[in-house]
Amino acid sequence: MAEKSETAVRRLAERLRPVLPPGGVITDPAELATYECDGLAYYRTRPGLAVLPETTEQVAAVVRACADAGVPFVARGSGTGLSGGALPRADGVLVVTSRMRQVISVDAEAERAVVQPGVINLQVTREAAPHGYYYAPDPSSQQVCSIGGNVAENSGGAHCLKYGFTTHHVLGLELVTPQGDVVRVGGAAPEQPGYDLLGVLVGSEGTLGVATEVTVRLTREPEAVRTLLAGFHHTDDAGATTSAIIAAGVVPAAIEIMDALAIEAAEQAVGCGYPEGAGAVLVVELDGPSGEVEAQLVTVQQLCREHGCFELRIAADDAERALIWKGRKSAFAAVGRISPDYIVQDGVIPRTSLPEVLRAIDALARAEEPAGAVPGDGGSRVRVANVFHAGDGNLHPLVLFDSAVPGQAEAAERVSGAILDLCIERGGSITGEHGVGADKARYMPRMFTDDDLDTMQLVRCAFDPAGISNPGKVFPTPRLCGEAPGPRRGVHPLVASGQADQL
Amino acid sequence: MVTAPGLSVACPVREAGAEDAVAGVPARWVATPGSVPEAAELLRACSELGLVVVPRGGGTKLDWGMPPTSVDVVVDTSGLTGVEHEAGDLVAVVGAGTPRAALQELLGAAGQELALDQPIPGPAAERSTIGGIVSTATAGPRRLLRGGPRDLVIGAALVRADGVVSRSGGKVVKNVAGYDLARLLCGAYGTLGLVVEVAFRLHPRSQARSWLHCLAGHPDDAYRITRAVLDSQVVPSALEVERTARGWELVTLLEGTPAGVQARAGRLSGLLGEGAVELERPPPGWGIFPGAADDVLIKLTSSLPGVPRVLAGVEGLTAAAEVRGSAGSGVLHAAVPGGTAAADLAEILRRLRRVTAAHGGSAVVLRAPAGLRDAVDIWGPVPGLDLMRRLKREFDPQARMSPGRFVGGI
Repeated sequence: MAEKSETAVRRLAERLRPVLPPGGVITDPAELATYECDGLAYYRTRPGLAVLPETTEQVAAVVRACADAGVPFVARGSGTGLSGGALPRADGVLVVTSRMRQVISVDAEAERAVVQPGVINLQVTREAAPHGYYYAPDPSSQQVCSIGGNVAENSGGAHCLKYGFTTHHVLGLELVTPQGDVVRVGGAAPEQPGYDLLGVLVGSEGTLGVATEVTVRLTREPEAVRTLLAGFHHTDDAGATTSAIIAAGVVPAAIEIMDALAIEAAEQAVGCGYPEGAGAVLVVELDGPSGEVEAQLVTVQQLCREHGCFELRIAADDAERALIWKGRKSAFAAVGRISPDYIVQDGVIPRTSLPEVLRAIDALARAEEPAGAVPGDGGSRVRVANVFHAGDGNLHPLVLFDSAVPGQAEAAERVSGAILDLCIERGGSITGEHGVGADKARYMPRMFTDDDLDTMQLVRCAFDPAGISNPGKVFPTPRLCGEAPGPRRGVHPLVASGQADQL
Repeated sequence: MVTAPGLSVACPVREAGAEDAVAGVPARWVATPGSVPEAAELLRACSELGLVVVPRGGGTKLDWGMPPTSVDVVVDTSGLTGVEHEAGDLVAVVGAGTPRAALQELLGAAGQELALDQPIPGPAAERSTIGGIVSTATAGPRRLLRGGPRDLVIGAALVRADGVVSRSGGKVVKNVAGYDLARLLCGAYGTLGLVVEVAFRLHPRSQARSWLHCLAGHPDDAYRITRAVLDSQVVPSALEVERTARGWELVTLLEGTPAGVQARAGRLSGLLGEGAVELERPPPGWGIFPGAADDVLIKLTSSLPGVPRVLAGVEGLTAAAEVRGSAGSGVLHAAVPGGTAAADLAEILRRLRRVTAAHGGSAVVLRAPAGLRDAVDIWGPVPGLDLMRRLKREFDPQARMSPGRFVGGI
């Protein structure tokens, strides 16, 4: 079987060489190794073959060849995904969009940009900025992640509380279907007739085809932006402040919380100078017309003080704002300095259950404490640093461990998994922005029933009945397409017309 | 209670009357499930009997789209009501049969709202249900800032044609687990199943509102004003245009804090010049469809630079054509007299489709008198139709859910 697929992939390489530009077909094992994982390096598979197309026609030719040969394919943008969504297949083709970096048009008057999928997120904003516009979704990796990857993952970012996710900013796609057909979905105008295919394509993690051109909405830059940093003794207070801000009718552009351990890591890494002794910091960014922003800033400051904030800073300029954000944005990488190993978790809870969930996460970590450990000796046990988009209840617990200590990796895995169970128990989600990918497919049955998953896979069957587009991701078990959904089919016409009863 | 042969279910089923016809197609029975399990049992029974099912909410848009090829069972969603309002999380899970007006009243008590306006005029608007609004993807002026139903849904429960209940999304705003079926159901006209529950993100109700009116003499002037408002950074919630006897009237809605709205309105007035007048309440006709109930109602979309061309296109059709809509988002509605000859309507659509298509948009007849509706292509070209047909086949292989009502005969 493995030999057979190897032959199939080798044949594909020969078939594709004349179709793709020079250097566009990679078969050298050493070169292929550079593509063996995405941002979640825990999972590694060397792809059977990698291709670097430059045009839609080339992507279509690759996918058609895959469809003909029954070989699976996986699309990959910049490879920054954190759920193994772009994990290659040893028996398949990796379609890398890194040579599809053309910005096709930027039309500020129409508030649209059209780009190839390999275009880097931040570049869209750079191109739009001279016209006073920007591209709103801003995942932390925006300097390197691709628009195609953002479409696959329905990426969010710190500012999605107010501005929404990728799905709110994509108006059109050119899609290469898993059969290799090129189809246009949506377009420059909003609200096109027919099913909202865009709605289901964005966030489908590459399982419904490959986007080869993306039309995005450009957003007018806000007149004013104010960023505030508040120090609290405890995360509970920061959480209560968040709830109070929302209850007051203020929708900030972003509300972020970091706990003591995350602050400690960020300080060591980038020296962001957060309030000393803080058990939690709250970052609130307000943007919009200056009159509104100033009114909201007064409200937010007052609510911070009412909820036990002991230090409050408002960025006076862009440099100070950048410093506030630097600590927050460096947090993931920073924990690498205080812990040999860590797992980045991504889960969502209703914002109002934040305090209880944080306590429960702490209890989970403590439960893994080995008997006889010295209390307070951080190095001897699994610890959890918390960084979260508090406004929408999106938690990013960082589970810190030392794989050199026997049992710790397993304990960290347990804590990380139990955090997702907490999210599900609270009516939340197993992923707010990193996606399901290869990593969380096994958790899907905890959040959804078999019927829910079966129904989602009806969409899969409509787009990709052969199951060759990024198989093995999102769903724990593939649905055999063509199976009769439901109890029966083919009702007798007499029964249908009511002239006879069903026996 | 009269039961259909073999349609023995727990929920009330009665024989349909003339008033239960769907777009002129007579129905045989009307079933009113009182819960999601009852709805599931009903659809399972209909599946076993091969019965054609058409969902009905308040019935305010039942004459939209094409008529179903036949109707066995009208599923009246009036028993599928209820609101689970999580005020602290700005989220509500709403039964499909819940009238929008009742929902807004409940949310308003907590200072919140579903930021979705309804363009149905008159008292009928009170009957519009969440299921109907979602299934027809209708929105009003604030689509400019808030988008339509697809931008506000965060989850949905669907009873499939075979009676299987399936949920997607959830009760949290940020969630990327699994396919986003809730968005797929927006504007699907009940052809993928029975929408029984929808979860929405909510917004705080603004403390202050202001409407700024100004007048333009020509579609190009109307567009210049539109661009000026959008460029100004005052962040309007809505920017509507309408053709009246006076010319092209533009109204910008600002929402926010009292001080903020005042400052923004002042700045905008300065920008728009002497002709700009601040209104304390919405002008007559604000946010509702143009024309009368028996007119042909056409939805026109285009990119922003196409807006003046679409406006001019409607102006050039006939003196009796009305147009109103969101100049700021490129979604307009035109009304053409219901007495228009079929050949003339076909020509009108051909012309409107040429201008909208040139600007990345479309022209769709939402509603028309039966004779006209059946004589023209109400949808126009629909890219991706093959994929849509495949989706329909997967969800409803026997084509029993609102068959024929949607694009391409789906």
